[in-house]
Amino acid sequence: MPLTTPGYPQLLLRGLLAGLIAGLLAATFAYLAGEPHIDAAIAIEEAGAPEGDALVSRDVQSGPGLFLATGLYGIALGGILATAYTVLRRRLHTGSDTTAALGLAAAALTGIVLVPYLKYPPNPPAVGDPATIDQRTAAYLAAVALGLVAVWAAALAARTQTHPWARATAAAAAFGVVVTIAYTLLPTFDEVPADFPATLLWDFRISSLGTQTILWTTLGLGYAGLLARLAHRTETPVTLP
Amino acid sequence: MPKAQALTTPAVSTKLLATAAGFTGIMLLLAYLVAFDQGALSQSGMYLHELMHDGRHLLGVPCH
Repeated sequence: MPLTTPGYPQLLLRGLLAGLIAGLLAATFAYLAGEPHIDAAIAIEEAGAPEGDALVSRDVQSGPGLFLATGLYGIALGGILATAYTVLRRRLHTGSDTTAALGLAAAALTGIVLVPYLKYPPNPPAVGDPATIDQRTAAYLAAVALGLVAVWAAALAARTQTHPWARATAAAAAFGVVVTIAYTLLPTFDEVPADFPATLLWDFRISSLGTQTILWTTLGLGYAGLLARLAHRTETPVTLP
Repeated sequence: MPKAQALTTPAVSTKLLATAAGFTGIMLLLAYLVAFDQGALSQSGMYLHELMHDGRHLLGVPCH
């Protein structure tokens, strides 16, 4: 039974929609789990050096601003995931669209979130030297790029083998080698003030990891779900005259 | 329960790749606007940057 082939726009729109949903869900989590830690960190910052009148009030930053930022970020990542899916789907050797979509989202979560996160864990306000922001931004982007290289190397290495055990081992080895080299070459920044509460730093970082994990998990599941609906809809029933 | 039905994706042509690259560029600009812009792209001074301050922290981007 021939299926209608969805075009790039159809695949893309579903990615953008899944991204918006993922961004808003991640923002809800961030608002509930992350904002208390940001407020606590800002209280420490203000105690040290009061900043005076802010351009945007805290209430707007922590509410509408947070949802806007995370929603737009989700849309952008959803568009990128859908584009990667469109271009790479035929090269992913699986008969299942769900496996393909979730596999790409898991690869992105690993390369774009986990690898950079473990080298450069995010910092709350009051942590970080403004003088090194350019170096830290460049290093963070390099970590994202190297994270994607590590995932890509793992996929290529798996393809050199046939047995499932050998495939998994080759993938793990390639990933481990690339990440080890990357972490060794990338610069280290040691900027947490000695008197900053360790528990607050940990709690903030866990809430940030939760926000990003929820974003990518929801994006993968949402996109796979929308693709399944599309497949179900385009499954044209055979009508007899 | 409906059976899992795989979709056929469009053939990867030069035209598709060019469109995909162009759109990826737009999406990267949008991500840049959220994560890194300090007014150069948004032309709003520091307003959008400050508005999206908390999102940047919780999305793991180096902020300040």
